[in-house]
Amino acid sequence: MSQPASYHDKVVRQFTVMTMVWGVVGMLVGVVLAAQLAFPALNFDIPWLTYSRLRPLHTSAVIFAFGGCGLFATSYYVVQRTCHVPLFMPRLAAFTFWGWQLVVLAVAITYPLGITQAKEYAEPEWPIDILITLVWVSYAVVFFGTIMQRRVKHIYVANWFFGAYILTVAVLHIVNNLVIPVSLWKSYPIYSGAVDAMVQWWYGHNAVGFFLTAGFLGMMYYFIPKQAQRPIYSYRLSVVHFWSLIAIYMWAGPHHLHYQAIPDWVQSLGMVFSLILLAPSWGGMINGIMTLSGAWEKIRTDPIIRFMIVSLSFYGMSTFEGPMMSIKTVNSLSHFTDWTIGHVHSGALGWVAFITMACVYHLYPRLLGLQEMYSRRLIEWHFWISTIGIVLYIAAMWIAGVTQGLMWRAVNDDGTLTYTFIESLKVTYPFYYVRLLGGLMFLAGTLLMTWNMYKTWQQSQGPVQTPVLEPQSA
Amino acid sequence: MTLGWQLYVFIIVICSFIAHFLFLRWSSKFRTDEKLGEGNTTGHRWDGDLQEYNNPLPRWWLNLFQLTVVFGIGYLVLYPGSGIYDGLLNWSQTQQYDQQVAIEEAGYDAIFAAYVDQDFAALQQDPKAMTAGLNLFGNYCAQCHGSDARGAVGFPNLTDNDWLWGGEQQQIITTISNGRNGVMPGWGAVLGGEPGVTAVAHYVRSLSGLEHDAELAGTGEAQYGLFCSACHGPTGSGNSLLGAPNLSDDIWLYGANLESLKQTIELGRNNLMPAFSDSLSEDKIKVLMAYIKQLSSNQP
Repeated sequence: MSQPASYHDKVVRQFTVMTMVWGVVGMLVGVVLAAQLAFPALNFDIPWLTYSRLRPLHTSAVIFAFGGCGLFATSYYVVQRTCHVPLFMPRLAAFTFWGWQLVVLAVAITYPLGITQAKEYAEPEWPIDILITLVWVSYAVVFFGTIMQRRVKHIYVANWFFGAYILTVAVLHIVNNLVIPVSLWKSYPIYSGAVDAMVQWWYGHNAVGFFLTAGFLGMMYYFIPKQAQRPIYSYRLSVVHFWSLIAIYMWAGPHHLHYQAIPDWVQSLGMVFSLILLAPSWGGMINGIMTLSGAWEKIRTDPIIRFMIVSLSFYGMSTFEGPMMSIKTVNSLSHFTDWTIGHVHSGALGWVAFITMACVYHLYPRLLGLQEMYSRRLIEWHFWISTIGIVLYIAAMWIAGVTQGLMWRAVNDDGTLTYTFIESLKVTYPFYYVRLLGGLMFLAGTLLMTWNMYKTWQQSQGPVQTPVLEPQSA
Repeated sequence: MTLGWQLYVFIIVICSFIAHFLFLRWSSKFRTDEKLGEGNTTGHRWDGDLQEYNNPLPRWWLNLFQLTVVFGIGYLVLYPGSGIYDGLLNWSQTQQYDQQVAIEEAGYDAIFAAYVDQDFAALQQDPKAMTAGLNLFGNYCAQCHGSDARGAVGFPNLTDNDWLWGGEQQQIITTISNGRNGVMPGWGAVLGGEPGVTAVAHYVRSLSGLEHDAELAGTGEAQYGLFCSACHGPTGSGNSLLGAPNLSDDIWLYGANLESLKQTIELGRNNLMPAFSDSLSEDKIKVLMAYIKQLSSNQP
């Protein structure tokens, strides 16, 4: 290098800020939906405020806008530092930022208007899908280009996970969105019936596996050893669980379609590989927790470490619950109930959101040349409010879900169903109130974090340039 | 599936299990006796202080992994799972469904069979039959007619003893078994648009003594005679053979306010009661009929 270069952190900073903005928006929409379920009149009879249109907005906003921006920010931050080079093609990286914001904006406008492909987590219509593809391919070029230019021989484990997530999401997105457009805002999939359903859940489950698991494991593998200042527990465990995780996740999708109009053998395979997925998923949790295990005293003193350990615990819990729910016998009770919603949120709030927040707490002050956030107390408050919020949320949904499942299958002496649907809805109401409270608390925690970040920014001298670190051999 | 695809799936499944087996064998070879543990990192270093230990895989974790793989193999031997092979148990979900239904029905059929020969009055007096009717109603009818059977806009109230398609026992049984399709055509164009529609609407309101504009109703009367009386009758008393509602009472499927009436007359209405003869046996339909009929038995 002819001149002392610095990392391209502007795009990291932009994505970090938007992570929080979209996080607040997405969670707010979630709270509105929880309120609508508890008090149905809250849609005010306005079409674009109805549950059906806001629900996909909530899921897309938290997964792809909040989670997505978090992944962009951390992967760009991590790949430069672990490859000891600035980003490859920084202008293309800037394009991924503006392109992704445009995608989110287009989604936020079209969903409430009722423009949708009606595929869960893949609702955007084809023009938006094309923009997503362009942004994602650019993302891959920037990420893998940076890896190719690295100045250390070994590729750091976090980058394996980021790389797997970027590649697979590209494949998933393109295959699931092959459609024939009939107008600017309407298209039909090239698949029909059961094949369409299977492609959709191959996509849907791997969106969970590669977007929400592999990507965030990438975050975990960099920020946990950094914050704990401890080496990763086991290199070979990371090798084994990485390859088995990405090999097995691909098969698990059909468990979303148990006892439905797809072939029996597809369901069996989906269930078997979902069960085998347990150990590979737990590999990541073990590596994270054992990395932290030499720094237990920091749980008392460092709230960021606390976020990390709780996120790993929720990760372990939901990756145990998932394989259990994929067993046909369990699934016949849990499917279509609020148990599924509880399961998703223990993963989404407990694992995905908490690890993202821990990472942002770690990297944000560093981007501004500070040692730590404006207020540690606020982080503590955030931690407790949000943790209690998650527990209220998922406990309410567990009880509601199991109750619904049992009520729907209860049969009278004369063979008729004991309960009508409306009766099962009636007993769910108290749990909807608790869920609303849990969601509100989680949102409150996120707002505290946003405030804390604003004060941190005020305290700083503005963005700093971090020079590229020379690689050292150990 | 063609044989080619079946083989394709079969080979991929087998290969993937062999790959897992080899992979697990390879990973369990590492033991603690290698020089590992605290202080011994892999020698790689990133971003200043990022390092890795190379601890062995936790034994319990490997065992768990192997256990799930073994379970998976066992499951796929017993159940269909690889395209070409149906499993030792020869299980299928349609078979499981049919078996369950057969078991359940063997028990319940006897209960309902006892009701077939009972007459309506006896069924009405039988609290068990009426409970069964209530349960059937809750499962099959309440979605549209409401759990209290009072209906909603577009869905008839079943407690008022006013029947679109007739309230005799056999008529109700026919309605449940075969369904009904009530069609009111749109008359907007025939009546010459808005003024004609409004006039007829006022006349229709006059039939049941609702507040109306007498002059407009007078104009509407001639039109009513020409176009509406064929189905609804000259006095508006309706016709249960056609499902044409009585217009001279105070029961309105789509509301009696002027706006709603005008919409009905201009654009028509299409009402569908689905047929239940495929999902409910004859004896169940009879019990259901008795339940529904007694809902309005104390009404005039």
